[in-house]
Amino acid sequence: MTRKSRRLWLVCACVLGLGAAAGLTLNAFSSNIVFFMAPSQVRAHPPGADRTIRLGGMVVAGSVTRTHEGETPIAQFDVTDGQAAVRVRYAGILPDLFREGQSVVAVGTVGPNGAFTASEVLAKHDETYMPKEVAEALRASGKWDPKYGKAPDAASWDTMTVKDARHDLAAARGPKDGQAE
Amino acid sequence: MSASQTLAARTGSLFHRFANPGRFLRLGARLQPWLTWPALALTLIGVIWGLFLSPADWQQGDSVRIMYVHVPAAWLASSGYMALAVCSVLSLVWRHPLADLAAVEIGPVGAAITAVCLATGSLWGKPMWGTWWVWDARLTSVLVLFFLYLGHIALIRAFDEPQRGYRAAAILALAGAVDLPIIKFSVQWWNTLHQPDSITLTGAPTMSTTMLWPLLICTLGFTLGFGAIVVARLRAAVMESRARALLSARRGGASS
Repeated sequence: MTRKSRRLWLVCACVLGLGAAAGLTLNAFSSNIVFFMAPSQVRAHPPGADRTIRLGGMVVAGSVTRTHEGETPIAQFDVTDGQAAVRVRYAGILPDLFREGQSVVAVGTVGPNGAFTASEVLAKHDETYMPKEVAEALRASGKWDPKYGKAPDAASWDTMTVKDARHDLAAARGPKDGQAE
Repeated sequence: MSASQTLAARTGSLFHRFANPGRFLRLGARLQPWLTWPALALTLIGVIWGLFLSPADWQQGDSVRIMYVHVPAAWLASSGYMALAVCSVLSLVWRHPLADLAAVEIGPVGAAITAVCLATGSLWGKPMWGTWWVWDARLTSVLVLFFLYLGHIALIRAFDEPQRGYRAAAILALAGAVDLPIIKFSVQWWNTLHQPDSITLTGAPTMSTTMLWPLLICTLGFTLGFGAIVVARLRAAVMESRARALLSARRGGASS
């Protein structure tokens, strides 16, 4: 065995060993690496009232109420992962991307009655990128309502150009309010 | 073990053909225009297309245009480090002199592009997420990559005898390569605030093709640009080491 091939095997062994060590460590700490807890996890194992957690999920359509307390806007909404929902109360300005059907991450504590008081609300963007016109065409054709969650399969819309979308939109609106536009 | 021996020997001789500085300088001089000009042209086309002509996103609005710089920068941050790791293997196993010089030259370019990735991501995060920074797995692992680059830059220049610096930095670069799969799969293994990949090997890209094309062109342009800068730096480094060798030979000749 030459010195070169000995070094090659040594490097391979070190990389493998290090990779395995890193993999085991990450696996052991995976519950600490997750950025947020799902509502069903919070329901199943409610954390202590003094523990700050991050709650992640989708804002339930029709659950958002906005009021004011003096100058501070107060928002209340349900966050769900499809299995359980948690009511969130937040005093402050919500991010621009906040809407019904959007994924959000709320930072705060769970009260004794199971309600969640958020000190911060972050909007989570998903992996879909589409022009405004395409989103409207999908909505008009009834294929997708952003209020109820994620966009349909990408293959059904990703090649739609803005021009196609405008055309579809005009056709979908045609019989009803085509005259008005 | 004879198979491994021949493999090591054969790969070594393949790489060592390019260890000859004269041969590399000739190849580099011929390669340079084929990297520089397409890089400039594609980056210009991609950036104009992405920043001005492509449609705005339905909910991000014009902030989506940050993507045309952020995604190529993120791709190059990881790919640049991969190149650094490959150079480190060549250096540790075959003692390839050009790989050492390449590692010296890739480091600062990679660190700069990683900084661009982090900065553009932060600028996008504030209006979209509502925060400049969060400690989720994706963001943290890319920050670690940035520190690995900085550590590599410092370590490879930290010794009076360059060979020791090359050796130590190569070990650091290889150990740090563990971070690359963590960055790539962080958005799948754990839930993160950062969105998962839109472009995957399986399934249609969850991105309108009107945005995908300028993104791909930007990515190609940035990648060629990264290559052009590294090759230019590497050629300068080879010439510098040759000039230094000539000077020291002349000085040695004069003193004796």
